Amino acid sequence: MSGYLKDKDPGELKGRAYAAAIFAAITFFVLAARLWQLQVKEARRFMELSTNNSIRLIKSPAPRGIISDRNGEKIADNRPGFDLYLVPEDVKDWDKTRQALYEMAVIEGSEIDKRLKAAKARPAFQAIKLKEDLSWDETARIEAGLFEMPGVMLEVAPKRSYLYSEAFAHLVGYIGEISEKELSEMSATRRYSPGDLTGKYGIEKSLEGDLRGADGGRQIEVDAAGRKIRDIDWVAPSPGNNTRLTIDLKTQLTAYLALKGRAGAVVAIEPSTGRVLAMVSTPGFEPNELSSGVTADKWREIVDNPFDVLTNRAIQGLYPPASTFKPIHALAALEENVITGETRIYSGPSFRFAGRDYRDWKEEGHGTISLHRAIIESSDTFFYQVGLKLGIDRLARHTREFGFGAKTGVGLLNEKSGIVPSSAWKKKALGVRWYEGETISASVGQGYMLATPLQVANAYAAIANGGTIFTPQLIEEVTLPDGNAIATFAPRKKGGLTVSEKNLKAVAEALKGVVHEQGGTAYFLSATGLKIAGKTGTAQVKKLVQRTKNIEGIAYKYRDHAWFAGYAPYDDPKIAVAVLVEHGGFGASAAAPVAREIFRAYLSDLPEDLPAVSPEDTIKASEGQAVRPAGASSEGPTEISD
Amino acid sequence: MIDRRLLTHFDWVTLTATAGLVITGLFSIYSATHLHMPSIYKKELYWVAIGSVVLVASFVVNYSLFERYAYFAYGASIMLLIAVFIIGTSSGGARRWISLGFLSIQPSEFAKLALIITLARHLSGKVIPKKGHSAKGLLVPGALLILPFLLIAKQPDLGTAIILWMIFWSMMLVVKIRLRTIAAFMLIFGAIAPLGWKMLKGYQKARLTSFIDPGKDPLGSGYHVLQSKIAIGSGGFFGKGFLQGTQGKLQFLPEHHTDFIFATFAEEWGFFGSLIVLGLFLTLVLSGLNTAINAKDRFGFLLALGVTSMFFWHSVINLGMVAGVLPVVGVPLPFISYGGSFLATSMIAAGLLINVRMRGFIF
Repeated sequence: MSGYLKDKDPGELKGRAYAAAIFAAITFFVLAARLWQLQVKEARRFMELSTNNSIRLIKSPAPRGIISDRNGEKIADNRPGFDLYLVPEDVKDWDKTRQALYEMAVIEGSEIDKRLKAAKARPAFQAIKLKEDLSWDETARIEAGLFEMPGVMLEVAPKRSYLYSEAFAHLVGYIGEISEKELSEMSATRRYSPGDLTGKYGIEKSLEGDLRGADGGRQIEVDAAGRKIRDIDWVAPSPGNNTRLTIDLKTQLTAYLALKGRAGAVVAIEPSTGRVLAMVSTPGFEPNELSSGVTADKWREIVDNPFDVLTNRAIQGLYPPASTFKPIHALAALEENVITGETRIYSGPSFRFAGRDYRDWKEEGHGTISLHRAIIESSDTFFYQVGLKLGIDRLARHTREFGFGAKTGVGLLNEKSGIVPSSAWKKKALGVRWYEGETISASVGQGYMLATPLQVANAYAAIANGGTIFTPQLIEEVTLPDGNAIATFAPRKKGGLTVSEKNLKAVAEALKGVVHEQGGTAYFLSATGLKIAGKTGTAQVKKLVQRTKNIEGIAYKYRDHAWFAGYAPYDDPKIAVAVLVEHGGFGASAAAPVAREIFRAYLSDLPEDLPAVSPEDTIKASEGQAVRPAGASSEGPTEISD
Repeated sequence: MIDRRLLTHFDWVTLTATAGLVITGLFSIYSATHLHMPSIYKKELYWVAIGSVVLVASFVVNYSLFERYAYFAYGASIMLLIAVFIIGTSSGGARRWISLGFLSIQPSEFAKLALIITLARHLSGKVIPKKGHSAKGLLVPGALLILPFLLIAKQPDLGTAIILWMIFWSMMLVVKIRLRTIAAFMLIFGAIAPLGWKMLKGYQKARLTSFIDPGKDPLGSGYHVLQSKIAIGSGGFFGKGFLQGTQGKLQFLPEHHTDFIFATFAEEWGFFGSLIVLGLFLTLVLSGLNTAINAKDRFGFLLALGVTSMFFWHSVINLGMVAGVLPVVGVPLPFISYGGSFLATSMIAAGLLINVRMRGFIF
């Protein structure tokens, strides 16, 4: 059958082939007519354009997406500013132009050369950006002198504006001109060219793909001297996508103001969802300054600041969690049936093990107490003994369950994972076996154990919500410029704690007791009426021979790190907070008051005015002490923790 | 191997048009690149040599051979397209080439021929219902199209994907599709495309196109077309003369030796030269259709038709885009644009036309 058809004469198809021939002839006639129009009718105009080489190309940068808090309050916006461009082909007198540019906008000749070199591969007669975001004075001077400087152009472009300056420095980050390295990394996308702005840090960097819009451009016809005659065509830029964070503006600003002037970090999380309500790291920097073309001197000042200004302590700072670790230790011991809620242990002023005395923070000791009192009074000797019974490896297993020792996956770059010590870890990392004495330090969150404030906050959020670990979330929603959502982010469960409800409740009761029972280390917080539950912590930086309450008498770098971690209200937790004050001294006196302000800001229904943040809040390097804050710093086995 | 009778029916028209276009291409490429890429035209010469060999090879064997191995060729072309994603090399954001060390080949070019041969084979064995094929009859040919189409669109190579699409519909329309089916398809496409497009905002469209083809940023393509129009228009009636063009050489024109080569040519040879090139392409197309009409069997008809439609759409879309009447999609001009794989493909295609033509009168 098919053989017959195959050999069949294609006659029946011929008619349509003739039709195709007519169609082809007409199409070619239309093309010829178009060429007649271009090459004969309009030839004169095109010849003129071609002899003058009179089309100039200038970019219209797209506004970046707006970043706002959970309620839509703007955090990062755009404002108009002027950029200075140069079309090298139009420059008639280079010496004069260089001189004028230096006088009018302080652009060094070497800077011009650098930019010309970077833009080597551009199409001919395309303008090169020389300076970003001119001041009003510079703009006025250039505008007045444009006529004497063929090739120089001014263009309006959207500029980034961070409304709360330092308060969001580490979280939102900043933008800057794309570096050669970044350019070559992203060359495959062809979306960037030299002089373009790109996110450098924080959300600006991790959400670059969404925040960056598509640049447009302008075709300008110029006269023989390179002066603009008219716009020929304009392709409008399309703005980037807007981003709504999970951050609560009021909480964030309160946290920043409470911490300002000291080095430290705050993380606040909504326990029921894992949404981050505040993330502050101090000292910060002025993102507006960095984003509008920072000078070399200014950059050096930032990099040389002894307080590691460019470290986001909330996710990169590693500290021994100290006593904030005790509730986690307690849950591990309860689950492994090493103790019960009723087990009473003598917890004296010190505990002797293998010929050494391990001290408690409290000189007079705690007497014979159960777990509840041990957490409330933060007894060290109690947990030394429990830890030894539990053993380091069982403790480590439960600790990791809370998210310690691994990145939380919050979606910011360069997050640190911290360390959960175990015998296997030590063998691998240090090549030596685990000593039992080290279990004693580990049992009170000292020694090798290191955690970020975000990890601590997330662990407490899990205690508050009944045992669910969420991946902390910063982005609530990404929307198109017209407001239509293109991505909304639901809470992401990472895992559940394998702890019984009864044990969790026992620990939660104890955390409540810390604030609400006589003798609790943060008893003074009960006066707030905010139903706070939590735990203080004091991470030892250096072993001190003498016990002292006089913090001022200790050199800054040897002062302990102060912690507070907790949540409120304890009967229906809405916010979990971790506060760390570097070298702040005691957790109760340095960190807990910061936490109190945050709880108050988030939980009070009073419509308060937003706290004002001004750029003057910056810590200047000179004001601090020339000390590099120790991130990971516990020296030797620990004896003190409050 | 070749029957003497075959030579009496040799297709001199196609061969002459091909030779004319290839020579035009060599001159244009030399003019566009001799100043800053002096080795390009030599590379093109090698490719012309390779192309001549494959051209001869593709008309000496009887074209029934292509019919027999159609599905094999199709399978091989799909494998190559998949291989591009695994071992392919990318340039400018698109992954299109497989490097053989001394030269790189672009499998998407050969996929065009494979599709034509396979469609011809499939369609030649199908009874055409009186009113034409219904949607059911389009099922298998549609499947044959969609596989290479998606693989090529993914590279991304929007231009070649569009060409595949046009070849497919050209062949199907000549084979005959039911009017009702055509109407239904037109309705569906007509409803989906503009509705979908309209729902998008300007910036979304820009995003979409720059997503499909990141090389063409909104600033770039508009600029290319304007510069191309200036180059063509400034050529006037008789042109500025060989090597006298300024627009192409000053690198106003991006892709001035590949997709936009015609602008370089038209600037130097004017309307007069442009008409000659248009004439050569029209000759190739009309002669190709004539070959189809005189083919001795249906496979021959469909093969010649498919190849002709490839030449037609390539030249029309390229010239239309260079002259600023069609949007800028990366479609090169046959025989003239620089690019080895496409030149070889075009030479093979010309060889196939000659093949069908000289065997058309032998029974």
